[in-house]
Amino acid sequence: MEEHLKPLGEKTLPEKLFLLRFKVDKDNHLILNKDVCWECDERVCLFICPSEVYRWDEGRKEVIVSYEGCLECGSCRIACKEGAIDWRNPRGGFGVSYKFG
Amino acid sequence: MTEKFDCIIIGAGPSGVATAYNLVNAGLNVVIFERGETPGSKNMFGGILYSTILNRLIPEFWKEAPVERHITRKRYSLLSKDSEIAFDLNFNAFNKPPYNNSFTVLRAKFDKWFAKKAEDAGALIITEAVVDDFITDDGKIQGVKVRMEEGAVYGDVVVCAEGANSLLAEKAGMKKKPDPGIMIMGVKEIISLPEEIINDRFCLEDGQGCAFEFFGEALGGVTGSGFIYTNKDTLSVGIGCPIAVLRNNRLKPNELIEGFKRHPSVHNLLRGGKIEEFSAHMIPEGGYNVMPELTKDGLILVGDCAGLLNPSLYKEGTNMAMASGVFAAETIIEAREKGDFSKAALNSYVKRLKESFVFKDLKRYKDVPEILHSLPGLFKEYPEGIIELLQGYFTISEKSKDENRKEIMRTFKDKVSLWKFLIDMYKTRRFFR
Repeated sequence: MEEHLKPLGEKTLPEKLFLLRFKVDKDNHLILNKDVCWECDERVCLFICPSEVYRWDEGRKEVIVSYEGCLECGSCRIACKEGAIDWRNPRGGFGVSYKFG
Repeated sequence: MTEKFDCIIIGAGPSGVATAYNLVNAGLNVVIFERGETPGSKNMFGGILYSTILNRLIPEFWKEAPVERHITRKRYSLLSKDSEIAFDLNFNAFNKPPYNNSFTVLRAKFDKWFAKKAEDAGALIITEAVVDDFITDDGKIQGVKVRMEEGAVYGDVVVCAEGANSLLAEKAGMKKKPDPGIMIMGVKEIISLPEEIINDRFCLEDGQGCAFEFFGEALGGVTGSGFIYTNKDTLSVGIGCPIAVLRNNRLKPNELIEGFKRHPSVHNLLRGGKIEEFSAHMIPEGGYNVMPELTKDGLILVGDCAGLLNPSLYKEGTNMAMASGVFAAETIIEAREKGDFSKAALNSYVKRLKESFVFKDLKRYKDVPEILHSLPGLFKEYPEGIIELLQGYFTISEKSKDENRKEIMRTFKDKVSLWKFLIDMYKTRRFFR
């Protein structure tokens, strides 16, 4: 089949994030109030984030933040009902850089 | 940095750069702090720039700016789970300058170009510089704290153009943390295709572009919509969904855009494409009803952090952002002549906004987000009903046409309460007018 007639190839979320350029800082810019998170029933952050940086670790009973893949949209801060996310901008020049945008 | 600037601008997006461009042209000493590697590297939008303001700032900008295509074709479609009805418009008049002031652009390229114009005119743009707070003295904003060594920078006035994620505006007490009902999550993919395939598939000639908007069940039945805009050799494919809707339905943004791309009507437009980029950004749709304080002593808010966005069918954000930048600059030039940067003096910025299309349009469409929220039928029940009705009407069978029509009307009425439907449709008029 000709190239332009083939269905759009599917990509998983990690594959999509792999397309992006991140300059990763050593410090996390998404600070959680873990006491609040531990008691939170809804854990909106686990699904609201477009790059799914928040993950529940059942063993450690806490939310793990993979801030390295953050797209800096800020939605988690707005969505968290507990106000438990202290959202800071990453250090200047760090974080995601879009090529198209 | 001990130098004092006439004006400090936070953010090198359209509103901040428009402010700077006008100020430096009036001879002011201006600095822009941009947290990205380059202006535009943190920015994303759906894809269409309305350019009435830009064309006044830089006449015939399209001759030099990195615009992708000018929009000549618009298509509004209503999706059910697997079908579509659409309204397709082609305007030949939009093929000549100023091209109806509608262009697809890619922000990483466009914002960089626009910032360079301000830089060439004399603005100092410092990239990789995050502003963390304001410097306040006796209630007046005196400058900003930049996250770098000796990061206190002073200015007569500060213009906050930080964007939708309005950390600083909130810190300054200009607004509260936005409600998730009026903040839209925008998720977009850039999908590449050869230019001639795009031309062919979307019935376009070189340079012409189209904007396809998808309503109804674009997001599997929840409030929100999808879009495909043509760039030169890529498509901007995306969705918008209120954060409150994602939250209440426990939906994942990536699954929503995947679902949208799987719809047969969308899927077929993306054949042969290659995903080049995945991005996300918030869109502030609260508009007039949740307008923040726009000024205080020594501070003006512009663009997305001020909530200047028309969420109706026009989806106008960047043009309003640039307009606000122009008004902020005019206000600052005037304030400087009087040597007064108090809130009272800066309030002529608000007056300028009120007298312009910006506030008039925001006011006119102020209830659009609320209306859409109050009509969940628009995103499932009605598109399904209407599409089924039309499908029945066009289904060829050996039933008499009268018999067929009676039958499909009966099915429609079983599904959709006609009165409620008509009342709901009447409520949506604000959306279109």
